[in-house]
Amino acid sequence: MAYSKELIDHYEKPRNVGSLDKQSTDVGTGLVGAPACGDVMKLQIKVDDNGVIEDAKFKTFGCGSAIASSSLITEWVKGKNINEASEIKNTEIAKHLALPPVKIHCSILAEDAIKAAVKDYKEKNKK
Amino acid sequence: MKISKNIYLDYQATTPLDPRVLEKMIPYFNERFGNPHSRNHFFGWEAEEATEIARKQVAEIIGANSKEIVFTSGATESNNLAIKGVADFYGDKKNHIITCVTEHKCVLESCRFLSENGFEITYLPVEKDGLINLELLKKSIKENTLMISIMAVHNEIGVIQPLKEIGELARKNNIFFHTDCAQAVGKIKLDVNEMNIDLMSISGHKIYGPKGIGALYVRRKPRVRIKSMMSGGGQERGMRSGTLSPALCIGLGEACKICLDEMDQEKKKLESMRKKFHEIILKSCKDVYLNGSEHHRIPGNLNLSFAYVEGESLMMGIKDLSVSSGSACTSASLEPSYVLRALGVEEELAHTSLRIGFGRFTTDDEIEKAANDIVREVIRLRSLSPLWEMAQEGVDISKIEWAHH
Repeated sequence: MAYSKELIDHYEKPRNVGSLDKQSTDVGTGLVGAPACGDVMKLQIKVDDNGVIEDAKFKTFGCGSAIASSSLITEWVKGKNINEASEIKNTEIAKHLALPPVKIHCSILAEDAIKAAVKDYKEKNKK
Repeated sequence: MKISKNIYLDYQATTPLDPRVLEKMIPYFNERFGNPHSRNHFFGWEAEEATEIARKQVAEIIGANSKEIVFTSGATESNNLAIKGVADFYGDKKNHIITCVTEHKCVLESCRFLSENGFEITYLPVEKDGLINLELLKKSIKENTLMISIMAVHNEIGVIQPLKEIGELARKNNIFFHTDCAQAVGKIKLDVNEMNIDLMSISGHKIYGPKGIGALYVRRKPRVRIKSMMSGGGQERGMRSGTLSPALCIGLGEACKICLDEMDQEKKKLESMRKKFHEIILKSCKDVYLNGSEHHRIPGNLNLSFAYVEGESLMMGIKDLSVSSGSACTSASLEPSYVLRALGVEEELAHTSLRIGFGRFTTDDEIEKAANDIVREVIRLRSLSPLWEMAQEGVDISKIEWAHH
């Protein structure tokens, strides 16, 4: 099975690896997947006062497609408004990385991760 | 010494053909093309003589008589023929078979087929080290037990089952003992008489012989009868019809001969390679676990779980190394190896395992490069792993409620 150039590039040189302070009120954290299923994604966003994502970091346990999907989505969400970011569809990720059919679930996980991170941020900042 | 870019470390999947084997085979593809079953001319005699020498070489490595060797297309066919053939012949008298949950799919599927046709199958569990429990085997024997089928060496985890003890138990209870020895021949000493083996499956391509050939040992004294699966000219003493391929038979025979001659020195070489490889890994990485017994194990196999690093992503990172992943994520199912699960390996650890197989043509330089490549990637991927991060922070991952999908 040959993977696309984009996918391999994200796997070999993943963008935005790391962690943000999950206690901080301007950080939202999404942790999705399960070790028993072979994928866990942690996606964190740092949001400014206008609801724009200033920074995003991830860590992923999973196959190359899962690592690439999470790396890609951190690039995409930066600079976006949180509402805009949670509208990113898994199909866009799958298309960009040319994921094979058995790996579509990796892109779904990335979509779930950003949604979970935005939800966490919103809950923290409920007034 | 020059190292080729791709390093082959999957000797349990298949082995390269030994050049000495190929050399012996070649004449039987061209000038000596005769049909070994042609009884009345030179070309037939020449081919027959060579296949009979090969049959003897196969018999010798397992301490059998050459009349007890039936050539087949490989271990899958041998396993089918042994299990279904015995069941078909004796099924109206006894219809219970004992096997094990970690057997190869062709054994499990043959048993499943029989269970749909009136047979009762007992699937023995394995202990944490991958070995069966002999007491449990003893307790599973019933009046109507016809056969015990337990493999000698496991294809994924390399563990060696106690053949002699199983054979003794089988013989005492008048039960046929079949063993899949695809991964055992040439690697451990086998003797069908000492071990009371009644049927044994052998593969060519796992022992530096050609693909497409194997053999089934069928005991003559006391006699084991099997019903053949193929209707035809009654070759192979009626047990396996079809014209033999002399070139393939000779390849299998020569492969057996070389294995027998070189077994001791090969064992020493592979043991020291495995030790070196394992040491490099353990020196630089913690939380690496060996799957399957450390002591009851063939020298050319390591099955390791690298906690917090998913197996398939690890394989992507070591793309110059040809190893096998215990995680089945490449297939449509997300299930990890049924074998590791049977050992009680946690699902999350089963997803992190690699099978590394060394063999005759592995070099010390390759071992060193491979181990160092794996260490480098494990460290890199752990730096990406949220599970590793949590473990370092002291979070108990098993206590988290994960959303299973």
